[in-house]
Amino acid sequence: MINIVWAIVFVLVAPVIGGLVVGIDRKITAHMQGRVGPPILQPFYDVGKLFEKEQTVVNETQIFYAICYIIFMIFTGALFFAGGDLLLVIFALTLAQVFLVMGAFAANSPYSYVGAERELLQIMAYEPMVILAAVGMFVATKSFNVSEIASTTIPVVLLLPGIFLGFLYVLTIKLRKSPFDISTSHHAHQEIVKGVTTEFSGPSLGLIEISHWYETVFLLGFVYLFFGFNPLIGVAAVIIIYLLEILIDNTNARVKWQLVVKSSWLIAAVVSVVNLAALYYLSGGVP
Amino acid sequence: MTYLAKSPWIIHYDASSCNGCDIEILACLTPMYDVERFGIINTGNPKHADIFVVTGSINEANREVIQNIYNQMSDPKVVVAVGICACSGGVFRECYNVAGGIDKLIPVDVYVPGCAARPESIIDGIVTALGVLEEKRNKHVSSPMVTDHGHTHRHRHAEGGAQ
Repeated sequence: MINIVWAIVFVLVAPVIGGLVVGIDRKITAHMQGRVGPPILQPFYDVGKLFEKEQTVVNETQIFYAICYIIFMIFTGALFFAGGDLLLVIFALTLAQVFLVMGAFAANSPYSYVGAERELLQIMAYEPMVILAAVGMFVATKSFNVSEIASTTIPVVLLLPGIFLGFLYVLTIKLRKSPFDISTSHHAHQEIVKGVTTEFSGPSLGLIEISHWYETVFLLGFVYLFFGFNPLIGVAAVIIIYLLEILIDNTNARVKWQLVVKSSWLIAAVVSVVNLAALYYLSGGVP
Repeated sequence: MTYLAKSPWIIHYDASSCNGCDIEILACLTPMYDVERFGIINTGNPKHADIFVVTGSINEANREVIQNIYNQMSDPKVVVAVGICACSGGVFRECYNVAGGIDKLIPVDVYVPGCAARPESIIDGIVTALGVLEEKRNKHVSSPMVTDHGHTHRHRHAEGGAQ
């Protein structure tokens, strides 16, 4: 059931794909703003640079938390691509995120603190929706195992349109894109200096960047799960959805954290629950 | 070429300037000049920055701020003084509250003169700074921790005189 080969492929290939996705993202963003934009390989230069810099931290434990963050992010993605249990994947993702928050709390800095608190709010905002997505997939395919969901012939997205839309909503939070980039943001945007990553510098910031590449690939993999019945449509959908995220990023201003939490919960509570209820009703009450 | 020269992140600080040079720095980020094509990103965080771009001259209010930003940046780092006020104090150099150019306080690597400095010359200055940055990295130059001993001493003398 668990496929180790895919896990190893993920660990080795995901940073390359993730870095390229971020590079293409920056290029497209620049073109949308009428600029030339950096080279596609710019994210790799950035991370290479960060590893050439001196490591300065307020508190030594920050480095430990940054390392834990990347380890659990890799674990999350590897377990996902190996076809493991979707619930365990989600718990590992949360654990990784909590390490980032603790890293930000480890430095006694107001910007870092506010960023960490907002990161916690973001976790609160997206977590119900992500768990409902896993539940929805169980209801649709009778399995929590990623390997079985990915290889199913059932068109999951047609059974779970509400949950799919809800997941897209929180995907913006997870990818740290406007209007929901409240804890830290991408590119040259600034929010409360740099939010959770304010107090990380040099190599530890590089680790956080690489974790974000892993996370991006994992999240795009999660989107693919909705289209597991047809790999071609799946890959096309993933590309279109990422382009949509870039468009949303460039056309929306950042909102307040209250709106992020309220709207995510509202969508999770209304759209997903209605979707699940309809699915129960149509399948005759008992799954 | 190292990665350092391909991904310079800058932090800009407007000391006591008229804001003219600072606006020209921000003009570099617009679609017209787009410095991001060189990988240059404007960060708001000294801990993420490689190049410290300062406009305007030193006065009593911004002294500590400049030192604080400089000390918080990780090595290797360079300082670019943009505009004639940052280079030498400019027309304000004889004011009672102005100490002079930025090099009176922290080591400056590149001087970009002009009033206001044009975006082209600012970009040229930053590209020159990349060479310095790379050289500093290869020679493992560690920047000094800047403190205000000289300044506080002067104050103590003044107080001593009053007693």
